Amino acid sequence: MISRVAIALLFVLAAGLSLAYARAPRPVIVIERPGQCVEATEVMRRDHMTLLLHQRDRTMREGIRTRPHSLAGCVECHASAKTGSVLGEQGFCESCHRYASVKLDCFECHASKPGRVSARAKP
Amino acid sequence: MPRLQARARLGPGEAVSDPERRGFLATAAAALAGVVIAPGIRLIEIAGARAPEEAASARVRWGMLIDTAKCASGCTECVKACNEENGLHGAGRPRTDAQWIRKIDLKDPRTGRQHSAPVMCQHCAEPPCVDVCPTGASFKRADGIVLVDKHTCIGCRYCVMACPYKARSFIHENLSEQKPAVPRGKGTVEGCTLCVHKVDRGDGTTACAQACKAAGHEAIVFGDLNDPQSAVSRRLREIPSIHLRADLRLDTGVRYSGI
Repeated sequence: MISRVAIALLFVLAAGLSLAYARAPRPVIVIERPGQCVEATEVMRRDHMTLLLHQRDRTMREGIRTRPHSLAGCVECHASAKTGSVLGEQGFCESCHRYASVKLDCFECHASKPGRVSARAKP
Repeated sequence: MPRLQARARLGPGEAVSDPERRGFLATAAAALAGVVIAPGIRLIEIAGARAPEEAASARVRWGMLIDTAKCASGCTECVKACNEENGLHGAGRPRTDAQWIRKIDLKDPRTGRQHSAPVMCQHCAEPPCVDVCPTGASFKRADGIVLVDKHTCIGCRYCVMACPYKARSFIHENLSEQKPAVPRGKGTVEGCTLCVHKVDRGDGTTACAQACKAAGHEAIVFGDLNDPQSAVSRRLREIPSIHLRADLRLDTGVRYSGI
């Protein structure tokens, strides 16, 4: 009797776990331009925000635009070939940020697509 | 109110631009720029052309001269070029759309003399927008360019009120497809950046000055005010020019002639 209850409990737990996985889709990491990133993958995963923060202050306050850790640099390499953007469900930045549930507000101001496109107000 | 504060901050005997100090800076800049390595070749040809890794410094003071005698009434080439360069496209609401340069037409009612001039951020040496900013978002770069750090701007618009030149705009709309070199976003204040991305690239000019030249007017001359050899300094030596609202003693980087 006890073993039956245990097995039933296990089933319920397993079902719950699989549901939990289904709720948060794994991030889609497609490297469009394979090659050397500006830092090792482990460093980028953990510290990209810090690197970006330092670069941003140097760029804006001092006008030094040569350092490799720029947001424009990220977008240049990681924009999706399909959408041309780092945003969207399959976007390099957004898919991971969705998975980690971390708000991504860089692209409210910064261009999410490489190259030169003009700004338009959303209707 | 902030305008009054800007005025009150200066004591009666206090000089804003100390001519001796400026003279020294200009000499220092000239000395630094003029390291001769061979006849005719200087180490740094223009004081403004700093090395890419070097931070902007006070050796340079970027500024402009606007010669209203050459500025044509009805011509808006500078405004168009600015909008294009910085990706400013209005939402069809002229009262609130961002405006970095505007053309103004002036008429002397007594003589009937009319002329026209572009007005933009004057890049003051003593900017009231920086004085009033509660978060330090409004700041002046070492080379005299007044900018907004949109990461710390909270959109309070004190600077919009404080600016005597109406040079700042507030972004009311969600934006998309900004230019990579010109980040802009809803809830922040912005204004003329003196094409800082072009300056840092070493272009040595702004979109408005280029467009004005292309239109055949050459009413806008951009350059380093600290370099006595720059085109703008030479022109400033030749013709009389003034600061707009010189009574406020803000020592603007943009000067006007013929007003």
